[in-house]
Amino acid sequence: MIKALKDLSRRFLASFFGKKDDIKIGFYGPPNAGKTSLANIICKDWTGEDMGKVSEIPHETRKVQIKEKVEIEHKGKKLTFKIVDTPGIATKIDYEDFMKFKMKKKDAKKRAKEATQGIIESIKWLDDMDAIVVVLDANENPYSQVNITVVGNIAARNKPVLIVGNKIDLKKANLKRIESAFPEYEVVGISAKKNKNMNEFYESLFRLSKKV
Amino acid sequence: MLSKGRRNGKTNRIKGLSLHVLPFSEISDLGITERIKKILKLILGNKIVIIQGRLRVEEEIRLIEDTMAMVDHIKSFRGIELAVIEPNFKDAPFFDKMKQGLANRLSGGTNALTIIGPATIVKDIKKDPKKLEIMLG
Repeated sequence: MIKALKDLSRRFLASFFGKKDDIKIGFYGPPNAGKTSLANIICKDWTGEDMGKVSEIPHETRKVQIKEKVEIEHKGKKLTFKIVDTPGIATKIDYEDFMKFKMKKKDAKKRAKEATQGIIESIKWLDDMDAIVVVLDANENPYSQVNITVVGNIAARNKPVLIVGNKIDLKKANLKRIESAFPEYEVVGISAKKNKNMNEFYESLFRLSKKV
Repeated sequence: MLSKGRRNGKTNRIKGLSLHVLPFSEISDLGITERIKKILKLILGNKIVIIQGRLRVEEEIRLIEDTMAMVDHIKSFRGIELAVIEPNFKDAPFFDKMKQGLANRLSGGTNALTIIGPATIVKDIKKDPKKLEIMLG
């Protein structure tokens, strides 16, 4: 409640005295949806550097990663923000799942331990974000309780949200399903791997930043 | 409460399955910490918990946080499967909506059902707006 009031007053002051030039945009979503892949494209395009390592093994990102002062320019407009890439949120972590990717038991257990801590860290960071990009795999069922819980918590904190349906280059991708799961939010479909629809994403990102 | 099945004339329990129905009245007076503690205690006892009602969004995220802290500290605990079923009354006739609204107020918004189980027992809860399917491990 106090946090929500603080957010409201901060936004009121920002609109009164001018725009904040270092808004924090958090990338949230389930593991392996492509949060870091998307963050990498943005960072490569506009800073020339990668954000983090990506892998087909879930929970590759196990610590919150921050890229300061990312400045993007699109159709004559400029936007400067911090990207906060977070570990994927899940309700279960089984080290044996990592062993299916030929990982040694000791390493799998270490990864599981780090992944659980990463999830706790992601949740703690929610309050600090100014706006949130929820990255979902457009080939997966969007109605998972984790997705609903994450979006519900963002809504409860009155944070602006953009939902990204990633991996639209794959056959089973279904953006309409994401749109009907979250009808109150803007949804944009991209393929981070194939660098597809990024112009539409940047336009949506500008619209999102205006809501901060 | 235990589910039972019949095979070759014998009554068998489905291995590992145990359901616990938690009426909303049992947790309505508890604070967030106590509520989550109670739910997780049941889950650690290998029970699938069915709560009459739904947790608040901040309780759902706290449940995930506390679950992760336990995965890290309790051997063989791998986490939970979680689903909420909520009847959709958006398209219902006006009087049905009114009756539902009144019933919800009287029962503390308990029209939904929350299903939470240990991930080691419940392999998956497949959820879509029209059906909910629990797959046992």
